[in-house]
Amino acid sequence: MQPPRPDRRFVMLGIFASIVDGILVGFVYGLAAMGLTLIWGVMDVINLTHGAMLVAGMFALYFLTDALGVTPYAVLLPALIGGLMVGILLYWIAIHRMVGRPPLMSLLSTFSVNLVLIGISTAMLGTAPFNVPVSVPGISVGRYTFPGPHILAAVLAAVIALLLYLFLHYTRLGKAIRAVANNRQAAELVAIPTTRVLAISVGIGVSLAAVSGVLIGTLFPFTVLSGDSYQLKGFVVTVLGGLGNPVGALLGGVALGLLEGLVAPFVPVSWTLIIEFALFVLVLISFPDGVFASRRGAL
Amino acid sequence: MLARPFFWIITVVIAVFAIVPVIGNDVELRESLILAALYITLASNLNLMLGYAGYINFGSIVFFGLGGYICVWLVNAHSWPLSASLLAAGVSVSLLALLFGLGILRLRGAFFALATIGVNEGIQAFVENFTPWGGSSGIYLSPTIFDPLGGPTQGLWVIYFLMVAVMGLSLYLSYGIKISKFGFGLLAIGQNEDAAAILGVPTPLYKALAYSVSAFLPAIAGGLYFLKSSFIQPSDAFDLTLSTEAIVIAMLGGQGTVTGVALGAYLYEELRGFLLTSETFSHFQLVVAGVLLLVIVLFFPGGLMGFIYRQFPRTKKVLE
Repeated sequence: MQPPRPDRRFVMLGIFASIVDGILVGFVYGLAAMGLTLIWGVMDVINLTHGAMLVAGMFALYFLTDALGVTPYAVLLPALIGGLMVGILLYWIAIHRMVGRPPLMSLLSTFSVNLVLIGISTAMLGTAPFNVPVSVPGISVGRYTFPGPHILAAVLAAVIALLLYLFLHYTRLGKAIRAVANNRQAAELVAIPTTRVLAISVGIGVSLAAVSGVLIGTLFPFTVLSGDSYQLKGFVVTVLGGLGNPVGALLGGVALGLLEGLVAPFVPVSWTLIIEFALFVLVLISFPDGVFASRRGAL
Repeated sequence: MLARPFFWIITVVIAVFAIVPVIGNDVELRESLILAALYITLASNLNLMLGYAGYINFGSIVFFGLGGYICVWLVNAHSWPLSASLLAAGVSVSLLALLFGLGILRLRGAFFALATIGVNEGIQAFVENFTPWGGSSGIYLSPTIFDPLGGPTQGLWVIYFLMVAVMGLSLYLSYGIKISKFGFGLLAIGQNEDAAAILGVPTPLYKALAYSVSAFLPAIAGGLYFLKSSFIQPSDAFDLTLSTEAIVIAMLGGQGTVTGVALGAYLYEELRGFLLTSETFSHFQLVVAGVLLLVIVLFFPGGLMGFIYRQFPRTKKVLE
């Protein structure tokens, strides 16, 4: 006797739901990658502490909600401010002396800071998974309910991305950041304090990572070592969107989320990383400037 | 090459490694020296990319891990003889690296580094899901694999001598490449890739070749290492710590030098021995490695050999 065939419409709905879910998560990936791409765009430095900063956001979420009973989404503000401060500190420790030198050196210096962070947190927290329960009512469409935390995370990520865009285009400091990204010498000539601008850019990049870490922490369980795979996703998203292009990064994030949603019903979860990596190499080879890059220096 | 003093310095080092533990049948010393030989192998092959061509390879451990897996799998599932499976591991990983290198040869600088991080994560995820290789639980070897060598006790000595041979080959290779036309091409790429290309260095080909060559001996070392422990699993084979340590060693000794890398490996091994026995530091090994690397990158980019060259300029003529 054959097993009963699943209802065709139900299968289609499942795939549709998975795609929508993927896109929602994709907004958060996009926000995380904006932090990575901003630092690259401004000073040609790839921040290899990105993953560790995401994890820092996740643990800020865990400890503030668990110990102090704060609402999960209220952690976004301390993550934003803390990230900014940590980022400026990171700039002075590891990046300041590396700006303008071969990429090898800044890769190594941020890599070593990453080692220190991972080493300390592994020694103190272990590698067991942590989970932060979040209850937000979902939205029902027919027989399927879209989970509330996913929708809220996507909306918050989009709002923060929009705020960043407005900041970069309509404030004095934001314009200074874009000017430094465009041409550091010229910016210096018109009396923009470039070093301070560089430090603040790293601060913003790191605080975006921390904020996305908080949002990801409301969606999935995490460990101290989760940062690595999210960092890889960040690279995929940045090369999709074009390194140094924040708007492209958000689009790239949504594209990656869409892809994850598309393959999720058909492929075991553990293979997604391999598919993403294959995509990453393919994109790097065929579109070295990024798929969504309209022009160079789009910051 | 035979007329150069540095060739003989390498030969003496290898001889010391091969002879000292045999005198007095010192197994404890052998275990510590095999680790040093492994470090020297990994770091000096990494140095071909890092020190010569100026390209950082964060995924160098992939060669070691994949080599180990291919070797252990051939011995376990297909009962190949040890020597054949070691060679097969080296050749196949090297070919894979060449294919991949040709694929990413258009990438430069930071993009290449990102791709190597991806290789690491991607291959590890692949192996964890690949059932013929035991997935995340790995492969166990039966102790009978050492029978053709005359039992486990004899077998471990054979593995040790092979590891020392691999280390020696790595040092000769580093030196041979450094004084060859290929090596000059790589050094030119490291200094200014555009200028090198204009002067006629086939930069993409040289980069891919360097990537592939730097895969061969680490893959064999991986095979030896996991035959020795008779057990392989993804978290050991693709251990972030080991590839990190290779980078730290290469930078500590002085990137681009042959002596420095060997010296750095020795120093790091001593330091690690101290850290592992100390109560406070045993959990913070990565932290210490990270701080050490940061200090070197920020303040002593030339490493130990940079310091020695500055203090004693004459050594430049003898020590490569």
